Amino acid sequence: MENPYIIKQISIFSENRPGRLAAIAEALKGAEINIFAFSIAEADGFGVVRALVDRPEEAYRALTDLGFRVSFTEVVGVKMRDEPGGLSEIASILGDADINIEYAYAYSGRDAAVLILRVDQVEDAIRQILERGGELLEASRFR
Amino acid sequence: MFWNKAMETIGGEDLATLQLKRLKWTLHQTQKVDFYRRRFKEAGVRPEDIRRLDDVERLPFTYKRDLQKGYPFGFFAVPLNKVVRVHTTSGTTGKPTVVGYTRQDLENWSEMIARNIVMVGVGEGDVFQNAVNYGLFTGGLGFHYGAEKVGLTVIPSATGNTRRQIEMIEDFGVTAIHCTPSYALHIAEVAESMGRSLDSLSTGFFGAEPWSESMRRELESRLGVTAFDSYGLSEMYGPGVAFECQEQDGLHIWHDSYLVEIIDPKTGERLSPGERGELVITPLVKEAMPLVRYRTGDITMLMEDRCACGRGQKIARITGRSDDMLVIRGINVFPSQIEHVLMSLPEVGEQFMVYIDRVKHLDEMTIEVEMSRAAFSGELQDLARMQKKIAGELHNTLGLRTTVRLVEPGSLPRFEGKAKRVVDRRGGI
Repeated sequence: MENPYIIKQISIFSENRPGRLAAIAEALKGAEINIFAFSIAEADGFGVVRALVDRPEEAYRALTDLGFRVSFTEVVGVKMRDEPGGLSEIASILGDADINIEYAYAYSGRDAAVLILRVDQVEDAIRQILERGGELLEASRFR
Repeated sequence: MFWNKAMETIGGEDLATLQLKRLKWTLHQTQKVDFYRRRFKEAGVRPEDIRRLDDVERLPFTYKRDLQKGYPFGFFAVPLNKVVRVHTTSGTTGKPTVVGYTRQDLENWSEMIARNIVMVGVGEGDVFQNAVNYGLFTGGLGFHYGAEKVGLTVIPSATGNTRRQIEMIEDFGVTAIHCTPSYALHIAEVAESMGRSLDSLSTGFFGAEPWSESMRRELESRLGVTAFDSYGLSEMYGPGVAFECQEQDGLHIWHDSYLVEIIDPKTGERLSPGERGELVITPLVKEAMPLVRYRTGDITMLMEDRCACGRGQKIARITGRSDDMLVIRGINVFPSQIEHVLMSLPEVGEQFMVYIDRVKHLDEMTIEVEMSRAAFSGELQDLARMQKKIAGELHNTLGLRTTVRLVEPGSLPRFEGKAKRVVDRRGGI
């Protein structure tokens, strides 16, 4: 059974040149897809745009139809207290459990701040966070 | 100054007689190679049908792609235990072209390099820095042995570590240097930035890539040398096939060792002196790997005027290629090699573009590839790893460091007619 806390992030390959993010955003707009959070990671001449969207499957299709290379990546979203020490709490849970964060990005929403995490052992991370009283976003919000 | 005055100035009937005798010997030698026995039979010609030098036109051409089919030793006319050295050069696709040398071949090769060196007034007492790649590339060892034969003090500096090269030139009092013209310009630039004037240098041998008269002026003024053009190809031993004399007006091609024709590359028809076309060479003294009417792909012409130095036939400086071969930092690259490498990698699509630029006088090759649909995991580090792997595979095959750029699918141009995948932005040198 699928873990209810594993969220599908869409990852989009993009060349590092003007107008590429606009093209991706335009495609999502055209499909009436809402973006909760996104980040851009860049390497030598190219990058990966990572996004949490309300309807990942449709976003995947809309972007793929336009020729973008897209794939799904499993991430988790952890709610943080939107005050000093919020990130520290979450980070120490993972650090104590020896779980490595490959990358992370955050957004500050209406009800809480959310940290989106890509970790090396996702099931482990979910268990540890829940056991230590953390609150995770449910994947059902993103489909 | 002559190394071997008799051979360098032989002409008329004497030369024709010598060439014919050696041509017959070469044809006899080729019959020890399966490829040539077959090729001659198909062409309906036997070695004994060649009675005059002009009869060479009846013989079939040999192409680079033929040599590839013989990989590795299919073109050797002697048993392997008589081959004392092997070099390789780029093939048109996956495997390189292998060339072999008997002891006599190495002797012949050194003799020609020796003639070239002495012809421009370099000799015993000169300190010579050989700043080209040693190893499988023929330029390093080829020039090295010729220079030792003349009695120069040879510094096998090879390439790289330009500051060290400059220190050696000054500390060892180097008077003559051999390298690619682009590397020479790079040395000049680095020396200028170090505030070194390289006063001891007086002669430069530059080859392995085509270069212009304006490049000559640049090299001569910045390095304080007289610059001479050196022409060769691995299939004809390596450097030393043809070389400029002190007149700096065309290259003497060693007429006792190479029979030269210029042809129209499209029709194969022979052209007259003064007409530009493809250089076709039949080597006359090659023992391990005799060849017949080898299509060099280099564009030049036979020069009509006799040379003031008294030596024989000259060819004009090379102005281009009849095929799509590229010369990058002195290394020959065929676009088909790049295609071959990319095709074997499931991570990338079949579309690619090659850009060549000159950055600080050195050639840089950038290859753009589209990743295939299945290859994208979504992770940045996987992309970086893929980029590194592609560059590594290209390096293995081309012997050249390249920059690989991953681009979005569908973003590279598609060609309906003849694909034009190479954009050379180097301009004239």
